[in-house]
Amino acid sequence: MFSRAYKAAVTLPPVLWVVIFLVTPYALMFCYSFWSVSAAQTIVHSWNLANYGVLLHVDVYWQTLLRSMWIAARVTIFSLLLGYPLAYFLSFRAGGKKDLLYQLVIIPLWVSYLVRAYAWKTILGSDGVLNTLLQYAHVTKHPLEFLLYSPFAVVLTLTHIYTPFAFLPIYAALEHIPRSLVEASHDLGASPAQTFWKVILPLSIPGAIAGATFAFVLSLGDFLAPLLLGGPSGIMISNIVVSLFGAAYNWPLGAAISLCMLMLVVSLLFFSERLEKKWSFS
Amino acid sequence: MSSTARISNSNWLFLHAVCVFAFLYLPIAVLILYSFNREGVGGFPPHHLTLDWYRTLFGDGPMWDSVLNSLQVAAVAMAISLALGIPAALALDRAQFPGKALFRRLVLLPLILPGIITGLSLLMLFNLTNTKLSLATIILGHGTALISVATTEVFAGLQKLDRSQEEASLDLGANYWQTFWRITVPNLKLPIIGAALLIFTLSMDEIAVSFFLIGRDNTLPLEIWGRLRRGITPEINAVSAIIFVFSLVAIVLWYRLRVRGEGQPDVGTEITAAAEGQMV
Repeated sequence: MFSRAYKAAVTLPPVLWVVIFLVTPYALMFCYSFWSVSAAQTIVHSWNLANYGVLLHVDVYWQTLLRSMWIAARVTIFSLLLGYPLAYFLSFRAGGKKDLLYQLVIIPLWVSYLVRAYAWKTILGSDGVLNTLLQYAHVTKHPLEFLLYSPFAVVLTLTHIYTPFAFLPIYAALEHIPRSLVEASHDLGASPAQTFWKVILPLSIPGAIAGATFAFVLSLGDFLAPLLLGGPSGIMISNIVVSLFGAAYNWPLGAAISLCMLMLVVSLLFFSERLEKKWSFS
Repeated sequence: MSSTARISNSNWLFLHAVCVFAFLYLPIAVLILYSFNREGVGGFPPHHLTLDWYRTLFGDGPMWDSVLNSLQVAAVAMAISLALGIPAALALDRAQFPGKALFRRLVLLPLILPGIITGLSLLMLFNLTNTKLSLATIILGHGTALISVATTEVFAGLQKLDRSQEEASLDLGANYWQTFWRITVPNLKLPIIGAALLIFTLSMDEIAVSFFLIGRDNTLPLEIWGRLRRGITPEINAVSAIIFVFSLVAIVLWYRLRVRGEGQPDVGTEITAAAEGQMV
């Protein structure tokens, strides 16, 4: 029923826009990663693999990448530990309060990222809420310095920010489980624990994988929380990229690191998609 | 397993849920509380409640300039995302073209990609084309990244749309343009308004992409960021509390829309869709 002209009119503008403002920039990032910077601080358009050599041979880059992945992995685990039981509670035990509680999980997503990261700074600082509370309650005499400007602070803050992201796909997966399956399992004599492990958990795995991917990918690329709360030991790979594009002025090397991140993210998405498919029954 | 075990399991789950909610809301509560604290940040218990920080904030010129900038950016970015996201959803729903699956993935990618990659890749484009960084470059960045939101919302709406009305309109002699404005858009009113609201809010809060595309004029999050970098200023608590109240208003608006639209997608289904969109 729709003419060729109609189809062309709705297809061409968005496709063109995506090519200009998404595909071209990614392609440029790819090109930049093979260029270099001259002594006179100009970009030299000569093609070589020197930037990738630097990434392999200079310890700080791959060590920071590994540390970022370790931070992201901890954030992912904590987000799942917080998000999964919460999603299970909402889906199976919350009864009529379900919708309200669901909205309560969503609300923090609307509150500015920056504002929430900053809130943790005021809580964890040496004159912060937590330290003064502990001193007020005579738990400690001196402020605990390790709370702020540490990987701990970064993991805590990112967990706070990405737990709702992990929660959502898990909740969606749990909501899609036909309740008749759960009842059948009970009727056939399975205990609640057996029903959970044999019926509910396997059916919710795709949601958990999607949630974990979200938490991992988004926290891996974060640079604002580490700048605000991480201190020297909480630096992540994106912070290095930011400095290469700023004061350190080495866009090509920065582009090479960004491209590695992009590849890492895209391959993670690819694998999590395969895993989700493998686990989904339909 | 006895019923006592089941009850204790339930209690354990309930307790866990309470803790998670406390974890999610504690920082927001602290911010609001301390925005009324004369000593500003930290210090327990808070005392000398005051509105001083709000007074300082209202006399703060640069902060208000940045609010105006952010409002402009969000409004234009919203227009761009809708102008491209709606046709993109129609295309995904109705047209067959080479690279369709790739196109769908590309549109959704900025939603799951760390902002730094979107921001930097656009920075390289603007640098190569000698485009001066300004609010306009931020608008292009937000507009591009948020097409994903408009597309997923409208696409979900289209799935539920009965095509017979459009068919009737075309049969009765209306052209495609008339049919689009008089039939398609009114039927998609709720997803479009919902998408607009969500895009506006996300753009107002966005910082990772803006960070790289900023020119001379600051957006609100970047103005706040600049001050945080210089040290903690209690005014930030006040501005955060105000942002929180505005976010709440947006959520309530959104929620009322959803109730009217019966199961319209919300920010939650948005994120779920982005996760699942990778599979389609």
